[in-house]
Amino acid sequence: MNNMLMSEKKLETTQTKISAKDVNVYYGDTHAIKDVNVEIPEKTVTAFIGPSGCGKSTFLRCINRMNDTIDVCRVTGDILLDAEDIYDKRVDPVQLRAKVGMVFQKPNPFPKSIYDNVAYGPRIHGLAKTKAEIDEIVEKSLRRGAIWDEVKDRLHAPGTGLSGGQQQRLCIARAVATEPEVLLMDEPCSALDPIATAQVEELIDDLRSRYSVVIVTHSMQQAARVSQKTAFFHLGNLVEFGDTSDIFTNPSDSRTESYITGRIG
Amino acid sequence: MPVIWILLIVLALAAVGYVLGRRRAYASAEGEIRKLHSLPAYYGYNAAMLTAVPAFFVIAIWLIAQPILIDARIGALIPDSAISESSTRGLVMSDVRRVAEGLDKLVAAGSLTDEETHNLHIETTDIRELLGSVGTALGSDVAPEVLSAAQDYRVLSGAASLGMTILAFVAAIGGLYYSLKQTNKDFRARNTVESMVLSLLVVASTIAILTTAGIVLSMLFETRNFFSQYNWADFYFGTTWSPSFSGRGGSSQLGLLPLLWGTLYISVIALLVAVPIGLYAAIYLSEYAGPKMRSAAKPLIEILAGIPTIVYGLFALITVGPMLRDYFAQPLGLGESASSVMTAGIVMGVMLIPFVSSLSDDIINAVPQSLRDGSLGLGATKSETIRQVVVPAALPGIVGAVLLAASRAIGETMIVVMGAGAAARLDLNPFEAMTTVTVKIVSQLTGDTDFSSPETLVAFALGLTLFVITLGLNIVALAIVRKYREQYE
Repeated sequence: MNNMLMSEKKLETTQTKISAKDVNVYYGDTHAIKDVNVEIPEKTVTAFIGPSGCGKSTFLRCINRMNDTIDVCRVTGDILLDAEDIYDKRVDPVQLRAKVGMVFQKPNPFPKSIYDNVAYGPRIHGLAKTKAEIDEIVEKSLRRGAIWDEVKDRLHAPGTGLSGGQQQRLCIARAVATEPEVLLMDEPCSALDPIATAQVEELIDDLRSRYSVVIVTHSMQQAARVSQKTAFFHLGNLVEFGDTSDIFTNPSDSRTESYITGRIG
Repeated sequence: MPVIWILLIVLALAAVGYVLGRRRAYASAEGEIRKLHSLPAYYGYNAAMLTAVPAFFVIAIWLIAQPILIDARIGALIPDSAISESSTRGLVMSDVRRVAEGLDKLVAAGSLTDEETHNLHIETTDIRELLGSVGTALGSDVAPEVLSAAQDYRVLSGAASLGMTILAFVAAIGGLYYSLKQTNKDFRARNTVESMVLSLLVVASTIAILTTAGIVLSMLFETRNFFSQYNWADFYFGTTWSPSFSGRGGSSQLGLLPLLWGTLYISVIALLVAVPIGLYAAIYLSEYAGPKMRSAAKPLIEILAGIPTIVYGLFALITVGPMLRDYFAQPLGLGESASSVMTAGIVMGVMLIPFVSSLSDDIINAVPQSLRDGSLGLGATKSETIRQVVVPAALPGIVGAVLLAASRAIGETMIVVMGAGAAARLDLNPFEAMTTVTVKIVSQLTGDTDFSSPETLVAFALGLTLFVITLGLNIVALAIVRKYREQYE
């Protein structure tokens, strides 16, 4: 298993990738996110933790405008990606989602071959002109998803036939294949066993060198292992945001302390 | 006693059994419900069912067996001399039954006493006129043998119904007595009632299966008769369909191919209309339409499925047919006929739209939202998601829906008769009148037919062929649908 050392690695940059200002989200009459302000730095892993229903997944889905697909959902405030407002009328959510990839809680490979699953993004975005280029992207992505060795001999077998952990790594490879700038992960390990979890966590740490990764997790240990920044949400509020080491060793808010020591949640 | 009265009395006895059974169970438990093995109502149901079921069973068996036995007895009484050359024993027997029926009516109307019916003689009374006065019309004068057979028939039937009445009541009362005797607090009434309900369910499902088997067997039997009179190779590979009814046998050419060609041609056109429209409608309704639009449009589309096919036929006959002729066939020089393959195909396609759209809609809705999210999350547009993820995921189910629609198309008759005509023809021109297997089955069997010439028996061979084709399609469809279901469970 990984240890706490990973999160203590020095942050290489402090440039802000995503910045949220006074974000409020409503589901019909429910006020799901209340005045959230957060600055997510580039090339880091940021963990969102908090009890169920605290709004961390909702906020994550705001970053690539996946909430647009829900009719009753309404978002106010500004979310800036590279200082550009993603809720601006001129921004096409489709283009945004190509830049901000997403990995979901449950592995959701398409009912296609492994190859076609990974090639899906590059094909729809026209990232490759020839078959050879797509082959290359597929191989590179599967390698980055740490699953190449397991599937290289059966690229044309259906993706749904893989085990749960393999499926999730395939989904990560699929997300990586479109070369996003930010990768959002919504509890990517909740359906996985400890071994697959360890593989995915290792992968997340590798991905940090190229992307900003935002991960929602219920596991405090996982947050501590993989992230450099941690945000604690509670009842729709962002209670505390800071370096992971600080949050876990020296939380400034009593609610954060109660949560990470297991008293609320 | 009329059967309906017997049934009502048995039901009343069953109701009495329910009350008594309940009461007896209560009494045996000294009014304390916890001492009973089952709830009191179960003891009531047990008594009611034991009363009604055996009695109904007796009545059912009797009603089936009685006419068969009596016909055999009376039929044997009619001497061969009474059967004229152009007639058969069966026809004479139906005369006997009609006369007997007429005599019953006379007695019921009070114009004859029961005694007098036995003393009727052909010489003294004009039976034909007498029976005509109560609305029983006979084709010819009544022969003396027929009259005496009818008199015997009445006597036998009277005795038989009396026997049935007595036996039914004995069964009902016996069942009631037995059930009350076994009712006490330790009797497992719930288990008995539940096993009786189970056997009821088994019987219901068996009836459906047996009926199917019966249909297949009767078709097989008649088809064998047909092939004993007509060469099977001429039937399956013949390219001409020209049955002759006047000159019996020999001159008819009964080739299946023109009919099969018409069936497939029309079905293909129908599917070419129904599948794209139905599928696009389903995609719109399940992926794009808002809840309001969906709740309004879905029932409206399904109304199409409720229109009787004969109404579609009228639509084909007076609207679509002439329109196609005037605007397409005549200008293009493809024909002068208002009935055409195109007409029937298009109208049938409209009929099939709700089949395809409603089934596909359900199937598309069954595609997990996580797949759509996954695709949208990669930056795919909604239409890319639908084309490349949702529809391929739903494809096996959609294929199943299309195959089910295809079997409907192949079996359709009314629209074809009114839209495509009845001329059997092997032709590529879609504006030419053609016909299908089903239409020819109808036309071979309507009118005055006897089931011994190949011209009528061919209908069974056609029916069996059609049955095998649609059965095959259904099996393929079910297999595909089943395979699809396994994927997401």
